[in-house]
Amino acid sequence: MSRDFTIKIKTVSELEAFRKRILNDLKKARVVLTLCGGTGCQASRSEAVSTAVKDELIKQGMDENVHVRVTGCHGFCEQGPLCVIEPGNTLYCNVLPDDAREIVTKTVRDGEVVERLLYTDPVSGKTIQTESEIPFYRAQDRQLLAQNRQVDPCSIEDYIAIGGYSALAKTLFEMAPKAVIREIEASCLRGRGGGGFPTGLKWAKCREAPSDEKYVICNADEGDPGAYMDRCVLEGNPHLVLEGMMIGAWAIGAREGIIYVRNEYPLAVKHTRIAVQQARDLGLLGEDILGSSWSFDVEISRGGGAFVCGESTALMASLEGKVGEPRPKDVHTVVDGLWHKPTTLNNVETWANVPSIILNGSARFASKGSNGSKGTKIFALTGHIKSTGLVEVAMGTPISKVLFDIGGGPANGIPIKAVQTGGPSGGCLPADKFYLPLDFDALAEAGSMMGSGGMVVMDEGTCMVDVAKYFLTFLQDESCGKCVPCRLGIDRMLEIITDITEGRGKSQQISLLEELGHTISQTALCGLGKTAANPVLSTLRYFRDEYEAHISKEECPAGVCEALITYEIDPEKCTYCGVCKLACPYEAIMGAKEEVHTIDLQLCQKCGICRSECKFEAVQIN
Amino acid sequence: MLPLRLDSILEGRRSQPHQLIEVLQDVQEQEGYISEEAMRAISNELGVPPMEVYRVASFYKAFSMQPRGKNVITMCMGTACHVRGAKLLLSQATGLLGVNSGETTDDGLFSIEQVNCLGTCALGPVVTENGACHHHMNPSKLRKLIKSIRRAGMEETSDE
Repeated sequence: MSRDFTIKIKTVSELEAFRKRILNDLKKARVVLTLCGGTGCQASRSEAVSTAVKDELIKQGMDENVHVRVTGCHGFCEQGPLCVIEPGNTLYCNVLPDDAREIVTKTVRDGEVVERLLYTDPVSGKTIQTESEIPFYRAQDRQLLAQNRQVDPCSIEDYIAIGGYSALAKTLFEMAPKAVIREIEASCLRGRGGGGFPTGLKWAKCREAPSDEKYVICNADEGDPGAYMDRCVLEGNPHLVLEGMMIGAWAIGAREGIIYVRNEYPLAVKHTRIAVQQARDLGLLGEDILGSSWSFDVEISRGGGAFVCGESTALMASLEGKVGEPRPKDVHTVVDGLWHKPTTLNNVETWANVPSIILNGSARFASKGSNGSKGTKIFALTGHIKSTGLVEVAMGTPISKVLFDIGGGPANGIPIKAVQTGGPSGGCLPADKFYLPLDFDALAEAGSMMGSGGMVVMDEGTCMVDVAKYFLTFLQDESCGKCVPCRLGIDRMLEIITDITEGRGKSQQISLLEELGHTISQTALCGLGKTAANPVLSTLRYFRDEYEAHISKEECPAGVCEALITYEIDPEKCTYCGVCKLACPYEAIMGAKEEVHTIDLQLCQKCGICRSECKFEAVQIN
Repeated sequence: MLPLRLDSILEGRRSQPHQLIEVLQDVQEQEGYISEEAMRAISNELGVPPMEVYRVASFYKAFSMQPRGKNVITMCMGTACHVRGAKLLLSQATGLLGVNSGETTDDGLFSIEQVNCLGTCALGPVVTENGACHHHMNPSKLRKLIKSIRRAGMEETSDE
C-alpha cells in the first residue's frame, strides 16, 4: 500500500500546494462511497463488500467518477458493515456483498435510496436515512471520531486534504516550544489513558529535564478489556496521532518517537506502519522537516500481550527488550524514562487531541467539558445495551445520557443494573448513580474510574459477585508478580470471592475483603496494582446485598454462580425437540424422542449451554 | 548452526538485546511457537542470556512455548464478551474437543486459547479461528464452526 512518492515536501508552501492538488483531484469525483473497514466491520465481512462494490462500479462503467474510500471505524460497530454515500449522506447498515449491485444501480447511478438498507430505529420502528438523524450519532460530539469517516487510513493524501499537518507547520514556524506547552496547559488536556494527568504539565517537566536525548512514546497497548477507542483512532486515523506526537516531540525537544501498539490489533499495526512510511516518503518524518532544520522519526514496537505494559515504566522496560515489570516512580519517567532519558508518554487519544488544540486554540478545546475535565472523550459502549459502539461526548455528560439517549437502553428488555467503567482499575456503578457526569473526578469520587473509557453495561441477569470474581481472575492472570501486595493480595481476594460464589462464604469475609483491598491500594507498586481492588470494593459498596445473599442464603440472586444453582427442565414447556441434548457437551441430558428431557445432575457441569439453546424457555434455574 | 529460517528475522537486529521482543514476535508468527532451539539461537545472536530469553518468552502472552494445533480457536474473555456469555463458549469448546484452554487435541487439529480482549467488544462474544473473527457467537454457532473445520480436516486427510 505504501506508494513511492516522487516528491518531497520541503516547505510549508509546498505542503499547501500539495493539499490544493489533492483537493482538486477529489473534486472530480461525482459520488463518494465510504465503506467502514474497521476491525468490527471487517469481522462482518466488509472487505468482501468493498470488493463487490468496486467490481460492480467497473462493470457499470462508473469507476472513473465515483470515489470509493475504505476508512477506519465509524463507531457504530453493531450495525456494520456500514456504507455512507455522498451526496445525500445516505447511511446503509449491515451491508452484504450481494447488496453491491443495488447500491451502485439505485443510489450511485440514479440517486435513489434503498429503503431496506437504511437504519431502523428500534424505538419508533421507522427508517432513518442519515447518520445525523440517528439517535446514536445525534447525541454525540464527535470531534475526533468524525475524522475517521473522512480519511482512508492508508492515504496520507486524505489526511492532508482535511487539513492534516497544518498544526505541525504552525508549530514549527509560528510557535516557540514553550508557547506550544503553554497552549496545551491552557487547554487543560488530561491524559486519556486512565491516569488523567495534565498533559501540559508532563510536557513542561520533560522539557525542563536536562538531556540532549529525549523520547516521546505513544501508548497504544490498550489492554483494558472492554475498551477499544485507541485501536479505532490509531487504525482509522494514524496520521492524526503521528502529527500529535511530532508536535509534542518538538515542544519537549525529542528527536525520536516510539509507538507501542498491541499485537492483538493487527490492523492498527499495519496502518501505523503504512502511515509512518508514507510520512517518511513525503519528507514529513526524517531530517529537516518542512525546512525547519528539526529532525524527527518514529519507530513502531509491538506489545507482547501483557496488561501491565499499559503502565508507563513497564512499557518502557518492554521497549528495552525486558519483561514488563513496573518500577517505583520516585523519579518520574519525564526525567528518567526510556534508556534513562527524559520521556513523555501519552496514550493514543491524548496525542490525537493535540493537533486541533494547536490549530484551533486551547479556548475552543476547553469550551467543551466540565470543570476539571475538558474536551471530549471517546467511550466504548458495550454489553447489555441496544446500540453498542464507540461514543464520543463532551466530558461531564451524564452516564444516563450515554446509556439511554445514545445507547438506546437495555438490549433485551431486562433492566440495566450497573455500568462498569474504567476496566480492571475501575468499578461498577449502580443505576441510582447514572446521573453522575462522566468526568475524571466525579467517577473517582464514586469509587470507579474513567480509565481509558470502557463502559460495559450489565443488566439484572448479571451477578455482581461474579463480575468481581471475573476481574480478580483477570488481574491474577495479568499481575506481573513483582510486588507482594498485588501478587499475593489478589490471590487471597480471589480465594475469598471463590469461597463466596461457591457457598462456603462467611460473613466476616466481607470485612476481610475490604481490608485486603485497602491494603493493596495503599501498598502496591504501580498504578494498576493500586487500583486492582476497585472492582471488588465498588461492588461491595453498591451491591453488598448480593454478597450477603451468597453468604447467608447460599443463593445467587442473578442465577449465575454455578455452585449455587441447579438446572431443571420444565416438563410443561419441553417440546422434546432434542436441541439441548445435542448441545450438552457432557451428555447430561436424558430422554428419547417424543419424551420429556431431564438433566442428570451427576453429569451436569452447570455450563448453562442447554438454557441458552432452548427456544422454549424450558430450562430453568433453581 | 542457525536454522536458515531465522536469518531474515534476525537481519539487522543481531547483537541488539532490546530487539528481543520484536524478534520473538516474528518467530512466533512464522513458526507458530517459540522452540528451545529458537530460544538458543536468539540468545546467541542477540547477545541475551538464554535464561533472559526464556524469562521474556514466558512472561508475555503473545508467545507460546509449545507447537499449537492446526486450527487455533481463541476465545475472547474480555468484560464485554464475558457479560454476553463468553464462558458458555469456552465450556462448549472444551467440552466438545475434550481439551482445556491452552491445550491441543491429540490429532493436532485444534488448540483452544483465551485472550483477554480483542477490541471488538461491540460485537461480542467473539471467537477467532486462526485470526479470522466470528462475532455474536453462541454455542450452536461455535459447534457448527468446529464441525466444519473438522470435516474439512477429514477431507484433507482422505485426499492424502
